[in-house]
Amino acid sequence: MSILKVKGVNKRFGGLLALDDVNLSVRENTFHAIIGPNGAGKSTLLNCFIGKLMPDSGTVSFNDRSLLGLEPHEINQTGISRVFQTPEVFSELSILENVMIPAFAHRDGAFHISPFKSLAKETAIREQAEKILQDVGLIDERHHTASAMSRGNKRRLEMAMCLVQQPKLLLLDEPTAGMARADTNNTIDLLKTINEAHNITFVVIEHDMHVVFSLADRISVLSQGHVIVEDHPENIKGHPKVQEAYLGTAESE
Amino acid sequence: MLKTLRTNDTALMILFTLVVLAGPLILAPVGAGYPDLMQRFVIYGIFAIGFNILFGLTGYLSFGHAAFLGVGSYSALWMLKLLSINIVPAIIFAVVVSGLFALLIGFVSLRRSGIYFSILTLAFAQMSYNLAYSVLTPITNGETGLQLDLEDPRILDSAGSAGQVASPSFFGLEMGDTAVVPFLGMDLQFNVGFYVSALILIGMFYLSLRIFRSPFGMILRAVKSNQTRLNYTGFNSRPYTLTAFVISGMYAGLAGALLVCMDPLAGAERMQWTASGEVVLMTIMGGAGTLIGPVLGAGIIKYFENIFSRINDEVVLGWFSALPDWLAEAFTTVISPFLGSGWHISLGLIFMLVVIFLPGGLVEGANRLMNLFTRLSGPRKNTASEEDAYADKGSLPTKAAPSSTVVNTKES
Repeated sequence: MSILKVKGVNKRFGGLLALDDVNLSVRENTFHAIIGPNGAGKSTLLNCFIGKLMPDSGTVSFNDRSLLGLEPHEINQTGISRVFQTPEVFSELSILENVMIPAFAHRDGAFHISPFKSLAKETAIREQAEKILQDVGLIDERHHTASAMSRGNKRRLEMAMCLVQQPKLLLLDEPTAGMARADTNNTIDLLKTINEAHNITFVVIEHDMHVVFSLADRISVLSQGHVIVEDHPENIKGHPKVQEAYLGTAESE
Repeated sequence: MLKTLRTNDTALMILFTLVVLAGPLILAPVGAGYPDLMQRFVIYGIFAIGFNILFGLTGYLSFGHAAFLGVGSYSALWMLKLLSINIVPAIIFAVVVSGLFALLIGFVSLRRSGIYFSILTLAFAQMSYNLAYSVLTPITNGETGLQLDLEDPRILDSAGSAGQVASPSFFGLEMGDTAVVPFLGMDLQFNVGFYVSALILIGMFYLSLRIFRSPFGMILRAVKSNQTRLNYTGFNSRPYTLTAFVISGMYAGLAGALLVCMDPLAGAERMQWTASGEVVLMTIMGGAGTLIGPVLGAGIIKYFENIFSRINDEVVLGWFSALPDWLAEAFTTVISPFLGSGWHISLGLIFMLVVIFLPGGLVEGANRLMNLFTRLSGPRKNTASEEDAYADKGSLPTKAAPSSTVVNTKES
């Protein structure tokens, strides 16, 4: 049963056809990676999922509901959380607050005001947030402000912020970009644990083949705005079309 | 841990209440203990607290809040003229009208952020000011300003006031009434208007405390921190900022209403951009985003405006009367440009010093002093408050820091 369906999506930037009739179907509870050489259109495609870009034609639907034209908060409220390429957190707030905020969004919806309710009395939300922080290993520093964290820990925090919302679909935009090897491996482990512990569908955009082949159940290869292959990881590695796409760019570099 | 937070807040609330209620006693020794000025301290304190809910929490810098002050003043005065000399309906009406006005202006201005938002609010406020000055003269009485009149209809209580212009009252207690009590050679002036405003200030401070400590307040701080992230987190940030804008507009309207209750005269200059800028200065000087900072800033700026501006050359010469004449005159020549009509210079200098060395305002300064003091006086007690833990975060390598910060680190 596919949860995210992309049909015939085209996106043109001036003379460049960034996405050329992209079709994609992500099955529920899979770890789906989208790979491809630089400039293949991966980020453009992701931006079409999250309402940042509007495709020129085609449809993007999540659980049979169209995502096109929705605001970012509406897309989140349908059950899609995303992790940014550079970790985006609320730097001035404490780590615990960073996780409590998405928990409130999940419980109360996009707009809900109770100005006289004390934050200290929101024990359910607090416990929920603390449990997730325990899971990602940040519980001890929960009262520190987020600004002082390392990049790897910010990534953990971002994961916690997504997980606390119990999303159906988690979008990861190059989760290990710019990370040292050790941090990359930590992130892989973290993602593995999350994948095993929660019923979440993952869509990952990634450069790093090591990450992709350690995690993905299914891989779509994007080249020049087009999905050239979609298959299991073991079939992707030796696929002639994939090699062509990657070697082609390797030569020109 | 949670208990600590609550006790701290209770302590803060009690301390604040006591200090405000003891106003006449505290202000008399520094020459500011007369009703007119004390009322202004309190009223501008309310104005700044409200401004801080918008600016301190969401980071949206409005340069047009004086418009709401003016709208509050005009609507309250009309209520005093048309309905009753009692201040209660006037205040309620002013808060409602300024809230609606803020809803309108906020709805348009909040479509932009940063400098564009500031400019939009500034434009709206200047527009309101010019309208009040010219086109809307039938409502605002233009240059002369709106004031109470012998012919005011006052549907509810016109009978009781034949022959003289009534003065605003709270169920018979006139705002201007003052009891003068001699105390240690000073005259303490206990004024009805001051105490009415003071009670409202305490209530408004409590309201702002509750907002700061609520999930709503946390979301507003998240707006300031990273609005894009907040939207991707599933919150529609626009209605949150609009609510904060309307609340702060209502605070300003309340302050405007109180101004005319104390002195029933409303002029358009109350809406001018300098007045909008003043509340920005108050908030930043005291400490934006802190609870007590804006009140502190309001007090200091009003003190400068009213007390420093009165110190003339003779007074300064008086200070140095013990010195030889030539030396006293030399000192006077150096100091006097900063006093009297030059009070803006000293205010500007102080403001620059605060912004450069204490970006968190005077509250940050007070916190630093307190930290220094607690560090010097040996081991910390349990009562060591939030600020301690905040400062410790950067410096303590061990986990020994009492994590009494709970969910908040900035306020005090």
